[in-house]
Amino acid sequence: MTPFSFARADDAAAAVRMGGAPGAKYLGGGTNLVDLMRETVEQPTSLVDVTGLGDAIEERADGGLLIGAAARNTAVAGHRTVRTRYPALSRAILAGASGQIRNMATMGGNLLQRTRCTYFYDAAARCNKRVPGAGCDAVEGFNRIHAILGASPACVATHPSDMCVALAALDAVVHLQGGAGTRSLPLVDLHRLPGGRPDMETTLEPSELITAVELPALPMAARSTYRKVRDRASYAFALVSVAAALDVAADGTVRDVRLALGGVAHKPWRAAMAEQALRGQPATEASFRAAAEAELADAAPLAHNAFKVELAKRTITAVLAELTGDRA
Amino acid sequence: MSIIDTVKQAATGMMVKLTPDAPPDPLIARKHGALGTSVPRIDGPRKVRGKAQFAAEVPAENMTYAALLYSTVARGRITALDTAATEAVPGVVFVMTHRNAPRLKPPALFQTDPRAAGASSLPVMQDAEIHWNGEPVAIVLAETQEQADHAKSLITVAYQAEPARLSFAEAATQSHQPPNVMGEPAMIQVGDAEAALAGAAFKVDLTFRTPRHSHAAIEPHAATVWWDGDQLVVHDTTQMLHQERWTLAGIFGIPEESIRILSPFVGGGFGGKGLWSHQILAVAASKLSGRPVRVALSREGVFRIAGGRTTTEQRVALGAKADGTLAALIHTGIVAMTEHNNCPEQFTFPARHLYAADAMLLEQRVAEMDMLANTFMRAPGESIGTFALETAMDELAEAMGIDPIELRRRLEPEKDPTSGHAFSSRNILEAYAKGAERFGWDKRSPVPRSRREGEWLVGMGVATATYPYYRMPGAAARVTLTRDGHARVAMASHEMGMGTATVQAQAGADRLGLPVENVTFEYGDTLLPAGTIAGGSSQTASIAAAVTAASAKLVADLLKRAGNDSPLAGLSADDVEARDGGLGHRDGGDRFESYASILGRAGLEEVSAEAEAPPPMEVMSYSMHSYGAQFCEARVNAVTGEVRVSRFLGSFDTGRILNPRNATSQFRGGIIMGLGLALMEETEFDERSGRVMNPSLAEYHVPVHLDVPEIDVIWTDIPDPHAPLGAHGIGEIGITGVGAAVANAIYSATGKRVRDLPITLDKLL
Repeated sequence: MTPFSFARADDAAAAVRMGGAPGAKYLGGGTNLVDLMRETVEQPTSLVDVTGLGDAIEERADGGLLIGAAARNTAVAGHRTVRTRYPALSRAILAGASGQIRNMATMGGNLLQRTRCTYFYDAAARCNKRVPGAGCDAVEGFNRIHAILGASPACVATHPSDMCVALAALDAVVHLQGGAGTRSLPLVDLHRLPGGRPDMETTLEPSELITAVELPALPMAARSTYRKVRDRASYAFALVSVAAALDVAADGTVRDVRLALGGVAHKPWRAAMAEQALRGQPATEASFRAAAEAELADAAPLAHNAFKVELAKRTITAVLAELTGDRA
Repeated sequence: MSIIDTVKQAATGMMVKLTPDAPPDPLIARKHGALGTSVPRIDGPRKVRGKAQFAAEVPAENMTYAALLYSTVARGRITALDTAATEAVPGVVFVMTHRNAPRLKPPALFQTDPRAAGASSLPVMQDAEIHWNGEPVAIVLAETQEQADHAKSLITVAYQAEPARLSFAEAATQSHQPPNVMGEPAMIQVGDAEAALAGAAFKVDLTFRTPRHSHAAIEPHAATVWWDGDQLVVHDTTQMLHQERWTLAGIFGIPEESIRILSPFVGGGFGGKGLWSHQILAVAASKLSGRPVRVALSREGVFRIAGGRTTTEQRVALGAKADGTLAALIHTGIVAMTEHNNCPEQFTFPARHLYAADAMLLEQRVAEMDMLANTFMRAPGESIGTFALETAMDELAEAMGIDPIELRRRLEPEKDPTSGHAFSSRNILEAYAKGAERFGWDKRSPVPRSRREGEWLVGMGVATATYPYYRMPGAAARVTLTRDGHARVAMASHEMGMGTATVQAQAGADRLGLPVENVTFEYGDTLLPAGTIAGGSSQTASIAAAVTAASAKLVADLLKRAGNDSPLAGLSADDVEARDGGLGHRDGGDRFESYASILGRAGLEEVSAEAEAPPPMEVMSYSMHSYGAQFCEARVNAVTGEVRVSRFLGSFDTGRILNPRNATSQFRGGIIMGLGLALMEETEFDERSGRVMNPSLAEYHVPVHLDVPEIDVIWTDIPDPHAPLGAHGIGEIGITGVGAAVANAIYSATGKRVRDLPITLDKLL
């Protein structure tokens, strides 16, 4: 680990001021950043601890929910309103990491966690994300856990978060504060696809700080869920995950649907094509499968991850079928 | 060198009559002693209170902390190495590279001498040459671990890379038979197995692949070392105390007696805690810097410089006759190894002893690669050999349309199929019968994919477990009896979490006729009489044989000292037995005298005897193995291919069970490790670079609690009359057969055979 200075921010404005220093990074629970610092993949010269900033979970007048960026994952997953009105979010958080890690990890930090690509972690390997222009050893290496959607020749890494997949499905909005003031943007616009610059993972401006995540009022989210498929029963990253909410009309057709995928792309993948294909269709396994086929039509698997295409289709179909039944 | 060779060597020139038919250990018949009871672990309270001091916790004044830098090429030469920035970091005490390392002899390779402990014979940091991706190229000592870690990251190294042998498939085309496999022949042929296979009524001919595994003991390798003048002190976590001492003495050119190694606790060994480069580098750096050194490998460090299980490709072909007996048994294959080590992963060993067959072809070959030396890892060979053999047996049973347990009944040999020796103790069919009844095997449908619960396909599988009985020669023990009726039993042996100290206190208590709380077992220090390695599931028997010898000597001495005023006067050692805190006539009459009385009359506070165990002649006359039947119920998700093992039962035949609580834990631990082998463990070796790509427990998956169901364990508890205490070692057999039991259960659930490990969900979609 490279030596660094450490300061705790008392408010967002102070944090943004300190975060503007060259080499500065915001520190949440540290469950990913500190690991990466130990591997020297991250070498910040100063850390600005933002865990003392807003961590409240507030119900808004419009029926939405505002979650402070410093809220711990455990607190969010266990919150009564989250569990009853946005069960997919609670389940996604609980599907991730371990109890100890969730106790430390923050909302904002979870959004900014970095890929588990093993070539990204190994300083001896080529990685465009770590060293822009260096090349990518994953494309022809071990890529079983890598992306099948939206990847580029420069990078085939995936975003590892479970929570973000649920947030992507639930139309979450991210609140930001930067040197130029505050703004907000949809979560699905926070993360970037890799293109030619996989080192640029988000659309955040330099020193811009995530202050809160807003869940809009979304009545259909009460019937939402999250399913994660992985290599062991706990404490493993998703090979494929699905967050979904489904609203079925009395005539058995899909009135509305929210669908997002994890483990398949450089960002939490909102399955807009599948949603489009489903609206107005009968809520049957055949429709679900057809929608999944539409979403995965452009999938471009690598040598070791072709199974993800079929796995994603099956998991989407099963999750939507589950939401149609009585078990949701 | 095999145990047989060592025994022959030990017996040569010894004026002893070889007595393979020595009478059984009298303790086998003793019913009401400490052995056989669940004495709680003596080390337990200290461990749960954090009071057990491990190698990386030993304090030293003026300590320095080491960080190792690993090579990033597999083969080549260092052309430039700049440590200036490192040396300028505050707190850095010393930097050692091949340029300033002391001249050291290469480690004596394990098995080239009974005293050798080297995991590889490669010289350590002696020149610019690189032999594997991950080889240490520098060691940095600093006042804190953080300073050392940071300073290490500032070293710049340039390499001239050279072509390396990194493709297993390519290396396999150049494979060769090793001179021997753990001292046994690399190839065994009985009749013409290929011809017999061709003419068989039923046959299977299958290829299996198993990956590299890395050791993942909860305690990563670590040592705290210092020099006191010419005396070297090494606090290590090791399975081979005296062997490490002898080997270090050779490397550093110093007398053995000037080295003391202590290892009171080993946080999991599994075969991986031998002599690797980090201890040698720490000792050298301590010598040059004049400071104590603590080297504690990171998890990545364990993956880079401490070897594990190697990769194999195996063929199992079975040909059965119409009556269901075997015409042909073929088990051949290739393992990856380096030219600097000798662990050829004895995967054909189970087939040498399990089944009767008219013709056999068993052959092991080795493919040399430029990689970290592989090493022992819980039942090396037997774990993955039984995966192949026992999956093939399941496939043959299906081809024949008979129950897999019935097939094994038909193939049960009368004597060892390759050595021709009688079995010392073999109750495998009883283990099967008991296990089948308890597990509910009769509820298994012979038709795969016939049970579904919601999304889950449910199946049952079974496989044979087997592991050899070993007793290592060369162990010596000291038994000290004190006037207050206490005893200390001592040998430089190892407590790796399996309960050595507890079980040996139980054995010592019964041997000496004392209550178990009066007996202390001393171990983990080379100042004690030399022990053998804790490997091959041999330590319990090795210690027991030496303690028996020392106790006999002690009894003879006590009788002499008892003199003519003793009720024992005139009795010989053969006439007496230890009981009730003293010695008494074997006839059970009232001729008895307590130790306190004998020692009191002789005016002694304590009396001590030391003796070496007799050579393990028993293994030359008998086929001595442990057995078991592993039963698995697996659930496979029909949508996602995810596998969950929902029930497991191990039914074992391993001689007498000395401590049921410890034994249950040992068996369960082996089975859990077997679940990892079956379903998730794989070291990702990038064949382009020779680099291990998942050196972390986040990406190298071992089972977590949710992956482990309740595991039921039962045993026959039938003593082996030819083994000390009637017992076989049980550290390794638990993992054997598990891979096949899981694979067979998955087949029963899904109708899919997976013959390459691990069985991940993508193989089942």
